[in-house]
Amino acid sequence: MDTDTTHIDELISREYAHGFVTDIEADSVPPGLSEDVIRLISAKKNEPPFMLEWRLDAYRHWLTMREPDWSSIGHPPIDYQDIVYYSAPKAKKDGPKSLDEVDPELLRVYEKLGVPLKEREALAGVAVDAVFDSVSVGTTFKSRLAELGIIFCAFSEAVQEHPELVRQYLGSVVPRGDNFFAALNSAVFTDGSFCYIPKGVRCPMELSTYFRINAKDSGQFERTLIIADEGAYVSYLEGCTAPMRDENQLHAAVVELVALERAHIKYSTVQNWYPGDRDGKGGIYNFVTKRGDCRGAHSHIAWTQVETGSAITWKYPSCILRGDNSVGTFHSVALTNHRQQADTGTKMIHIGRNTRSTIVSKGISAGRGSNAYRGLVKVLKTAEGARNYTQCDSLLVGDRCAAHTFPYIEVRNPTAKVEHEASTSRIGEEQLFYCRQRGLSAEDAVSMIVNGFCKEVFKELPMEFAVEAQKLLGVSLEGSVG
Amino acid sequence: MPPILEIRGLEARVDDKPILRGIDLTVNPGEVHAIMGPNGSGKSTLAQVLAGRETYAVTAGEVHYLGADLLTRAPEERAREGLFLAFQYPVEIAGVSNVYLLKAALNAARRHRGEPELDAMDFLALVRGKLKAMEMPEDLIYRSVNEGFSGGEKKRNEILQMALLEPKLAILDEADSGLDIDALQVVARGINALRAPGRAMIVVTHYQRLLDYVVPDFVHVLSQGRIVRSGGKELALELESRGYGWIDDAAPAAVRAQ
Repeated sequence: MDTDTTHIDELISREYAHGFVTDIEADSVPPGLSEDVIRLISAKKNEPPFMLEWRLDAYRHWLTMREPDWSSIGHPPIDYQDIVYYSAPKAKKDGPKSLDEVDPELLRVYEKLGVPLKEREALAGVAVDAVFDSVSVGTTFKSRLAELGIIFCAFSEAVQEHPELVRQYLGSVVPRGDNFFAALNSAVFTDGSFCYIPKGVRCPMELSTYFRINAKDSGQFERTLIIADEGAYVSYLEGCTAPMRDENQLHAAVVELVALERAHIKYSTVQNWYPGDRDGKGGIYNFVTKRGDCRGAHSHIAWTQVETGSAITWKYPSCILRGDNSVGTFHSVALTNHRQQADTGTKMIHIGRNTRSTIVSKGISAGRGSNAYRGLVKVLKTAEGARNYTQCDSLLVGDRCAAHTFPYIEVRNPTAKVEHEASTSRIGEEQLFYCRQRGLSAEDAVSMIVNGFCKEVFKELPMEFAVEAQKLLGVSLEGSVG
Repeated sequence: MPPILEIRGLEARVDDKPILRGIDLTVNPGEVHAIMGPNGSGKSTLAQVLAGRETYAVTAGEVHYLGADLLTRAPEERAREGLFLAFQYPVEIAGVSNVYLLKAALNAARRHRGEPELDAMDFLALVRGKLKAMEMPEDLIYRSVNEGFSGGEKKRNEILQMALLEPKLAILDEADSGLDIDALQVVARGINALRAPGRAMIVVTHYQRLLDYVVPDFVHVLSQGRIVRSGGKELALELESRGYGWIDDAAPAAVRAQ
């Protein structure tokens, strides 16, 4: 086993390819959190009074809460007074009017990351709302979307331009006091994306946003709100990478999805934040609350995620299946390598009649990584004829990693059907040897086996994302097997 | 022509337990060598060591393949140089289609030889021809590698891979185990079709019956990690009638005779 272990080590030891820090003057407030800081954030963003009140309520609630400790992750205590809660790239006058006015340094960062922010994104059909630290720096395709009545803009802009929509829907899926991290986000979020698809409109392109953490020690607290009105359809892509950094960085985002009658929201994530070095030093702490509300009958919310980055991932994209015949799906690939920890899964709350949910979770653990699936399927009394299918597979790479599965099932309606399947397998030395005997390098063999394992999830991703996801897995794993 | 394979004094162990205790063997182009022997004699270990399995530690001896040192090379390098092992227990790989593995394997070898990679269309045309020769249905290549394959399908799949990769040295480890007589004949036909003047084969088998169909040029009997008898194809028949007990009894004498 010694040779195997050595080999695994070699393969795992690859450097993070997106590790660079961009030198941009940041407009930051000093570290620490208080009502004054929240007032300052709200004032900087010129928010209407209802937003400030909302933030302050969240903050006061947060003060009464304790950081959750039920997940299977471990980290040193986070000093919330040592975090910078507001940081914005310095604006030229009142901010860029077009991409030409955007800091070229910023654009170069996106170029390095492969974000299509220039002309080519027109060909790619991607509208990018790029969040650099806390302020959106560029939005494309807005006018084309506007013709259809689609609103796709920075969250702070939505607060100014569409306060009635923000007021109606903000916190309606993830309430201010929902959990510790959501409350913190509600109090201090600085920006994010906002999207509204009007009745009967099918969004003609994939909407995309790239988040990037940059200014030193600035935790990022994005807020995303997507509303699909009756009969609307939207596919939203979220992709992330971050520069290399030594201090752990807190990231606590909130994503709320609202699907009204017959609406369909597809939300896909490829997450590749800095995972820390091989000893677990540095890396992003990712504590995210993502939840979709299938509010109308026959609505459908589909979460697809590929999680390869972050030192810690704590994330449970969920569906509240309120409308009759509504459908929730969750497809996930979570990969942990080195000392990465992931505790991720989903919640499917069946409230309406004949609601259906599908969960396909693929956990890959390599190195000394630890990967937990935690899922809840809850069928309320009202959910006549509810149906759930859960498939939960773990793949172990090497012999020092861990995989755990915590499925919770609560059924209060006798007509419900809930199925759960789980498997754990290991990329064995035998599989690798077999592939190598056929001429494949160990790296190619691992990559091939892992991609095969993830196939069911990748096919849920939009094509260009699926390709990116495969590459990412290749990079994250390269050689994690011996 | 120089030999394809030359093994001199090869010793190997697993977890401090000696398995191979001094193997000498020369294989020339065009020859088919059968290695026979009772369970635990080291037949499969020899096959795996030649292919580069890292679970076995080589403790003495040397192996030359096509005139160059074999033992210092990684398994994939050996494979790309035309050394093929048909596994006794082919491994299942869920979610990876057979055709994907086949194409990756073939193109790895082609890259190594400095030849252009085959595109999907050319590859498919090639593999279809081989399937036909192996009497295998086309759907087999679109299924996950060996997953849910019957014993016979797994073995045939190994031969299909061999046919596609056209190795210089093919080592077949118990290619007949678990096969009924029909499947055995198909596998044997596949092997025989690949016999060629420039190609050598080492056929590892416990029983004589495969050798009724794949007639070897030489038969070697392995016992306790050593080749204790070598001869022509008639040696296999003698073993069949007299059993391995005869060899075990003879082993010390044979060793002394060297």
